[in-house]
Amino acid sequence: MGGVTALLGPNGAGKTTAISLLLGLAAPDAGRVAIFDSPPHALAARRRIGVMLQTAALPDTLRVRELLRLTAAYYPRPRALAEVAGIAGVSKLLDRLYGRLSGGEQRRVQLALALCGHPELLFLDEPTTGLDIEARETVWSVVRALVAEGAAVLLTTHYLEEAESLSDRVVVLARGRIVTQGTVDEIRAQGARRRIRCASRVPAEMAREWPGVTRAAREGQYLEIEAPHAEPIVQRLLAADPQLSELEVRRAGLAEAFVQITREMAR
Amino acid sequence: MSSPAGFTVLKAPASAANARVSALRILALEAQAEWLRLMRAPAFCVPVLGFPILFYLLFGVALAPRQGGAEVGRATLAMFTVFGVMAPGLFGMGVTLAMDRDRGLLALKRALPMPPGVYLAAKLLVSVLFAVLAASLLAGLAVTVGHAALAFFEVCELLVLAALGVLPFCGLGLLIGTLVKGQAAAAVINLVYLPMSFLSGVLLPLAILPRFLAHLAPFWPAYHLAQLALAVAGARGMAAGGAGGHVLTLGGMTLVFFAIARARLRRRG
Repeated sequence: MGGVTALLGPNGAGKTTAISLLLGLAAPDAGRVAIFDSPPHALAARRRIGVMLQTAALPDTLRVRELLRLTAAYYPRPRALAEVAGIAGVSKLLDRLYGRLSGGEQRRVQLALALCGHPELLFLDEPTTGLDIEARETVWSVVRALVAEGAAVLLTTHYLEEAESLSDRVVVLARGRIVTQGTVDEIRAQGARRRIRCASRVPAEMAREWPGVTRAAREGQYLEIEAPHAEPIVQRLLAADPQLSELEVRRAGLAEAFVQITREMAR
Repeated sequence: MSSPAGFTVLKAPASAANARVSALRILALEAQAEWLRLMRAPAFCVPVLGFPILFYLLFGVALAPRQGGAEVGRATLAMFTVFGVMAPGLFGMGVTLAMDRDRGLLALKRALPMPPGVYLAAKLLVSVLFAVLAASLLAGLAVTVGHAALAFFEVCELLVLAALGVLPFCGLGLLIGTLVKGQAAAAVINLVYLPMSFLSGVLLPLAILPRFLAHLAPFWPAYHLAQLALAVAGARGMAAGGAGGHVLTLGGMTLVFFAIARARLRRRG
């Protein structure tokens, strides 16, 4: 099955360790790892994957074209060089030495290497770390295009908006264990709270007494309230202050849910 | 593989496609990449190819002793050929392996579907090519400006010796590359390369060395290669011991170095 699975977790949660185990770069102390029903070091399994590691420095004195041609030779049905270069946005870099490229360009070359073998399963370990917003958008659109072709992607990231924008499934790791997993919406729902904000004279102390309210605070002329459901709170607000204005209800994002989940884990 | 609606079913089952991957082609491309990578790196080319040539031109041509005749000229070429053959093995295997380990390239290669053994085989092939290139350049200089009257078949024998003689140094370089990481490997290899060149009689006659150091010379692989080179270059009178013993010793050293290096690579990567 295709789609993007994001592996999320605070630093040291075990994201890169998980990737290393899945790629056969590290051996598990206990348990079993399989890719396409084979051990991860089996050549047949590795021919169906593409890899972009967090810390792989390619040889500085090789040209992008040479790197692509070499890596494509490992695969039984590689993409054409021009096609890969076009997808990853490195067409103009083909005759440049890898060491002379900027950080963002090097990252795009690494992405090109990851997809040159037409992989069914793509491992991307923090693919956009250190990229500017435009370069990050390029990576995202490449990932979306691959998924549309039917590839599955396992992504680790510490940019939550990346997971939110790309992934179909999220797996949250903390201290080497899966804390929770599900669709982005499901994860978000676990930290589901509504944030209500309005310009109102209602005192925060009063709002804090209303059922369900977990937090109420004043910020200048604005009142901010957090509660699991917005509707009853809005009714009470309007009853208490018919003059209120700039009413705004927002659902907590993945970032808030993630912080809440990992904070609860740490307790 | 299940394919939910909206996803394209992937063509070509992996088993049928395996036939299209050629390990030989990968080896050739890998070796070509390794060759280009090193040729474009002055930090490698200058010490590995430049120094033996420079030293030979200085000590073998410009400052060559007036007495001694043809045999001294041949012996000088033999010694600098050994000096030039050691470097591609030690640096070409050791420094690149240490860098690849340090910078994560080896991990990436292991994750990618590169057939097992190709990585080391390519490095080995490139080291052999560099050794032959170094020996050819030296032989060319010897015949042209060095006034060493070498027959064509003697030059050929010297090149074959270079191709095979680099192997123990490849093993030693590889072993050091598994012990030391990154840039430190170049320093450690220099600490092995230069003292070995002096202590095995390659850059200095053993007669000049203190006696106990001269007695230890047979423990260095370079000593045995030097004796073979003397014999091949036509300075047989200056070579010590029979060729068979030196060949066996070098072969044994090569196997031991590679065995330890392989075990270390398998264990910790």
